[in-house]
Amino acid sequence: MDIHEYQAKELLARFGVASPEGALAYSPEQAAYRARELGGDKWVVKAQVHAGGRGKAGGVKLCHSDREIEQTCENLFGRKLVTHQTGPEGKGIYRIYVEAAVPIDREIYLGFVLDRSSQRVMIVASGEGGMEIEDISADKPDSIVRAIVEPAVGLQEFQCRQIAFKLGIDPSLTQQFARTLLGCYRAFTELDATMVEINPLVITGDNRLLALDAKMTFDTNAMFRHPYVAELRDKSQEDPRESRAADRGLNYVGLDGNIGCIVNGAGLAMATMDMIKLAGGEPANFLDIGGGATPDRVAKAFRLVLSDSNVQAILVNIFAGINRCDWVAEGIVQALKEVEVEVPVIVRLAGTNVEEGQKILARSGMPIIRATTLSQAAERAVGAWQNDLSQGVKMRAVT
Amino acid sequence: MSILLDRDTKVIIHGITGKMARFHTREMMDYGTNVVGGVVPGKGGETVEGLPVFDTVEEAVAETGAEASLVIVPPPFAADSIMEAADSGIRYCVCITDGIPALDMIRVKRYMYRYAREKRMVLTGPNCAGTISPGKALLGIMPGHIYLPGHVGIVGRSGTLGYEAAAQLKERGIGVSTSVGIGGDPINGSSFRDILERFEQDDQTHVIALIGEIGGPQEAEAAAYIRDHVTKPVIAYVAGLTAPKGRTMGHAGAIISAFGESASEKVEILSAAGVTVAETPASIGATIAQVMEAA
Repeated sequence: MDIHEYQAKELLARFGVASPEGALAYSPEQAAYRARELGGDKWVVKAQVHAGGRGKAGGVKLCHSDREIEQTCENLFGRKLVTHQTGPEGKGIYRIYVEAAVPIDREIYLGFVLDRSSQRVMIVASGEGGMEIEDISADKPDSIVRAIVEPAVGLQEFQCRQIAFKLGIDPSLTQQFARTLLGCYRAFTELDATMVEINPLVITGDNRLLALDAKMTFDTNAMFRHPYVAELRDKSQEDPRESRAADRGLNYVGLDGNIGCIVNGAGLAMATMDMIKLAGGEPANFLDIGGGATPDRVAKAFRLVLSDSNVQAILVNIFAGINRCDWVAEGIVQALKEVEVEVPVIVRLAGTNVEEGQKILARSGMPIIRATTLSQAAERAVGAWQNDLSQGVKMRAVT
Repeated sequence: MSILLDRDTKVIIHGITGKMARFHTREMMDYGTNVVGGVVPGKGGETVEGLPVFDTVEEAVAETGAEASLVIVPPPFAADSIMEAADSGIRYCVCITDGIPALDMIRVKRYMYRYAREKRMVLTGPNCAGTISPGKALLGIMPGHIYLPGHVGIVGRSGTLGYEAAAQLKERGIGVSTSVGIGGDPINGSSFRDILERFEQDDQTHVIALIGEIGGPQEAEAAAYIRDHVTKPVIAYVAGLTAPKGRTMGHAGAIISAFGESASEKVEILSAAGVTVAETPASIGATIAQVMEAA
């Protein structure tokens, strides 16, 4: 789960990580008012969207007057900001953060991530702040300093000093730097983050260390113990189909293809998408309906997949283990009676009681295209989609 | 021999009184697994499916001589259950639970390292379907009937994709020595490499099938290990060819976030290490059959 920059800064402040003075606005007038409250003569206006690369995309602007702030905000509010991380559809700007501009001497990159090799929290730092970490690793790999935190005792001051000296930070700032790192680590572990990124962490002209930008990502699985953090979720920044799926306990990722997928199990779902691609089609989505393919879940899955107007065929691939195929088949038939489906539906069942399952599908009288193997399912799905395009074959189930 | 689990392995079930746990306990017993009891704090003295329930794992081990355990408790309590098993003399633990916070798993792993290697519990999962030594025992939630006993060792992240592979083998009359699910989480108990090491040493295993997916370094680590230490033929399939970068594909660990974590990069790394890669998920069985014939 992602949160906005201003929220990350607020959270980090509680752990002793300082940022420039700033305030949130929901309208251009409010933004100008916030700037006057903050004082000074230079402000940075920052579109709050869940994506990196805002600066290059025009989402971050330096302003010198109330008037300029209002104008900039007029242009930003309600617009979709398209950055290299958002995809072509972009992300809506509904909140703007106004921050006092600070004189910058030096920019540092600072990141805390879950390192899957060591299975521990890793600190990644570089003197080349302001660039994306991907670009730093590509262009200046030698500038990157890494440290792994021993989980039993947590981050130690000597590790912070080591990083400070490797980055060539002035010794007078070592203490402040260590406090910043220790604060980030505590925020990471106490709030169950999976990523904390401060890019850049700046050294100001008056020798202060400030987080100029901050990004935090949280472990969805741990949000049960952080209701306050869970509340920071902003659905306006999510793909509406994915939000809807998540609220229904389904795992959905929207893609650009035409063949909708309904599968049980994440690995099999990915494999099914791969088969569609290999058969000459493009998957419209990833969807894992979980181990138990109950009629209710199958019906929800059909509604969800059909909410994507690009979908021109649906492939259902269920490997029934403990839940038997006959039961899954009844679920599919039930779902097709409830949900209006106007595109070809291909069903592949495998596993326990597969023959009974196939019989139920055949007897249902519904124009379900059946398949027994994974490759057959993918070929028939791609074939049906192509046929459907050329002949306009439609199936309809009555609501 | 099979690995990790045998006909005689004495098993206890954490959270045995839960509806799902009770159902799977029955399934495991029907398959022939030597389930000897369960653990639910505060329910010691009760019986489930004719098995004694204990308050603590320590007590269960003392009373039954249990060596292995299955954790099938809700996510907030799973890490605690695994650590309790590790501290109570359990030798092998399978954790089915999906949705354990990653930082809990980091703590679990760190805790397990307080034991010397020879005394350290082996953990597979979390977020896996379990382990089966066909014809002998089943410790997990998979349907036992799709596996024939035989000589292919399977290790994979995914439950149902593993079933798919087993079913393709059964169709060809090919059996499995042991199938191990290492789970779809970013921080897991055993890696591909850990399980490959066991298959390499297992007499019953002649061929190894590795079923990976996008995300994380464990397929690449396995490739390096195979190149240097594995003498048996290894075939692999990596799911997620069509998965976009930076998106979590169902499994918490299935996300491409660094170089070498995409399906095509993993395929390349595994091929370079001498692994025969099945190009499609539908050809896993056929590829294994070909490799077995050639061997």
